[in-house]
Amino acid sequence: MASLRSFLQCNFDILRKTFVILFVNVRDALNQAMDEELERDERVFLLGEEVAQYDGAYKVSRGLWKKYGDKRIIDTPITEMGFAGIAVGAAFAGLRPICEFMTWNFSMQAIDQVINSAAKTYYMSAGFQTVPIVFRGPNGSSAGVAAQHSQCFAAWYGHCPGLKVVSPWNSEDARGLLKAAIRDDNPVVFLENEMMYGVPFELSEEMMHKDFVIPIGKAKVERQGTHITLVSHSRCVGFCLDAAAVLAKEGVECEVVNLRTIRPLDVDTIEASVMKTGNLVTVEGGWPQYGVGAEICARIMEGPAFNYLDAPAVRVTGVDIPMPYAKILEDHSVPQIKDIIFSVKKVLNM
Amino acid sequence: VQNPPSPLLSLWPGGTRMVVSARSFADFTPQASFPIKKCDLHRLEEGPSDEALLTREQGLQYYRTMQTVRRMELKADQLYKQKIIRGFCHLYDGQEACAMGIEAGINPTDHLITAYRAHGYTFTRGVAVREILAELTGRRGGVAKGKGGSMHMYAKNFYGGNGIVGAQVPLGAGVALACQYQGNNQVCVTLYGDGAANQGQIFESFNMAALWKLPCIFICENNKFGMGTSVERSSASTDYYKRGDYIPGLKVDGMDVLCVREAIRFAADYCRAGKGPIVMELETYRYHGHSMSDPGVSYRTREEIQEVRTKNDPISMLKERMLSNNMSSVEELKEIDLEIRKVIEDAAQYAISDPEPSLDELCNHIYARDPPMEVRGTNPWVKLKSVS
Repeated sequence: MASLRSFLQCNFDILRKTFVILFVNVRDALNQAMDEELERDERVFLLGEEVAQYDGAYKVSRGLWKKYGDKRIIDTPITEMGFAGIAVGAAFAGLRPICEFMTWNFSMQAIDQVINSAAKTYYMSAGFQTVPIVFRGPNGSSAGVAAQHSQCFAAWYGHCPGLKVVSPWNSEDARGLLKAAIRDDNPVVFLENEMMYGVPFELSEEMMHKDFVIPIGKAKVERQGTHITLVSHSRCVGFCLDAAAVLAKEGVECEVVNLRTIRPLDVDTIEASVMKTGNLVTVEGGWPQYGVGAEICARIMEGPAFNYLDAPAVRVTGVDIPMPYAKILEDHSVPQIKDIIFSVKKVLNM
Repeated sequence: VQNPPSPLLSLWPGGTRMVVSARSFADFTPQASFPIKKCDLHRLEEGPSDEALLTREQGLQYYRTMQTVRRMELKADQLYKQKIIRGFCHLYDGQEACAMGIEAGINPTDHLITAYRAHGYTFTRGVAVREILAELTGRRGGVAKGKGGSMHMYAKNFYGGNGIVGAQVPLGAGVALACQYQGNNQVCVTLYGDGAANQGQIFESFNMAALWKLPCIFICENNKFGMGTSVERSSASTDYYKRGDYIPGLKVDGMDVLCVREAIRFAADYCRAGKGPIVMELETYRYHGHSMSDPGVSYRTREEIQEVRTKNDPISMLKERMLSNNMSSVEELKEIDLEIRKVIEDAAQYAISDPEPSLDELCNHIYARDPPMEVRGTNPWVKLKSVS
């Protein structure tokens, strides 16, 4: 047995390269996307805390400094407001910066630069000044990092016109959306998830192509269904799929929509799904009040899909509290698969 | 007719026109050297020259530019009081030597960013008076098509016009980073006021600019008041040229256009030599209050304002220098004043009569280089169109 296992392990690498489908985790997908875009366009550069010599706080930028050097991979001091402003200024003057926030919690120190200097400038200048910048970093809850390090900013940034806000779930999303974000001439807020970094996903040969991009502003139906629509983004998409697998055994077929982009929101895809299934549950990690799910429900109310609803649309969200530390409390602060299943059954009156 | 090389003068309708005066050109002194106030230095062995050479052409150009800014700001005051300009309006009269001196000492290919007291810089960076006034009156002929207003005017190598106090400083350092990255030997002039000088993000910018030796000239325009708060009441240290600490600094007489010019030339050379950033403090004064909603006399006396006007006005000082050195005549300068008056009147006429932006423009310019998209209006039935 042991020799068989080691035989398989030695040959796995060869097998991996021979097959057209690769397993790539989200971290590596992000890393490869940045590497390819840095190579493609010399105006692209990365700055942030520990992105260069430390290989990235979460190792997302591993190897990039070694390959591209000090000019293009820049370690900054711990001064978010300053370096975010510097990044925006560099974008004004013709470069294409990727500004990393170690987590999006720290972006609050710099939020004025993201909103007032980046998001609004194209409009205020009546189209004269573009701001081709990507702000990226891990967003939302992690594991045991407590209240100040666990906030989800999808709703905050999703609120602002002039920004594009993107929230990938898997490696395909991470790769395609990051490449699209870097190539986009607008300010893009790129919300990653730390707990997804180590999760591997299949990537086809097509997805590994250096020009593979996923259009910003388009959601993806990850699973077809007929009884109810689950709309989600980032890590919760995985929970929705897990919940759907459990519910399928009870004869409930869930359609799972992966938003991919928070702003501009792909209402058409959500509406089409709701008009097909007649029921809607939104699932997110962030707080409920004034959140992503609240926006989706409001849009459904205001649009043609309302007439197709058999029951009120509901939201599954993080609990409306600052994130606690103790594991048992933390586990009960975020949506779990059983919460999704429970909500689906309630909506379907099961 | 001589055509001085300045790009500013290409703005004037029909090119530069020289005055027909009683005296011929041969009578005027072509150039003269003027002693200028020595700059206080911080961490510098030597500073700018204490003498400035001024040619007749330059003198006339500086006079024309500063007088235009002066008249333009006074016209804006008038239009604001007539309620034709609304919202925020922060006027620059009194500080003209700063904008003119800086522009005289840098190249058009260099970069500049400032805060909200920006009309003067918008002009010196190449935007016509009529486009500035029309932006203030919110018309479609404004430099930002009426969508920006007083604080959000942009031009090539001019990054506004910024409304959030201090935010422009990291932005300017970022422009300097781009200059360094692109290896184009350009510098970025990054302006802020005495009120902004205590902002944390400015010190963050100082740190990174010094660390990475960015070609950034940080300039504090110290007009002694941050809104209604005097520098003594806001700042534990009012030596703004020293606030860069490890960054060398100069304190400059901001009312003397030649002093400013020599200082900025010195600073630009310093940055272009790859020595890193430098801080300048321009001591200047604003005649108006902080904005049009501030009469400007509750925190300072009318006597103080009047004293600066009579003893230290930047335009008067230049005029006196030129006249006393026979570089121009009273008639010639008066002729220039009349020309400027006409330009301002025409511009004001334009700014009043130009139509407001079309409502079709409302949702445009959200995203750059994107296909047209729909934008929600005030209610769910209103679907508006947005193009890039």
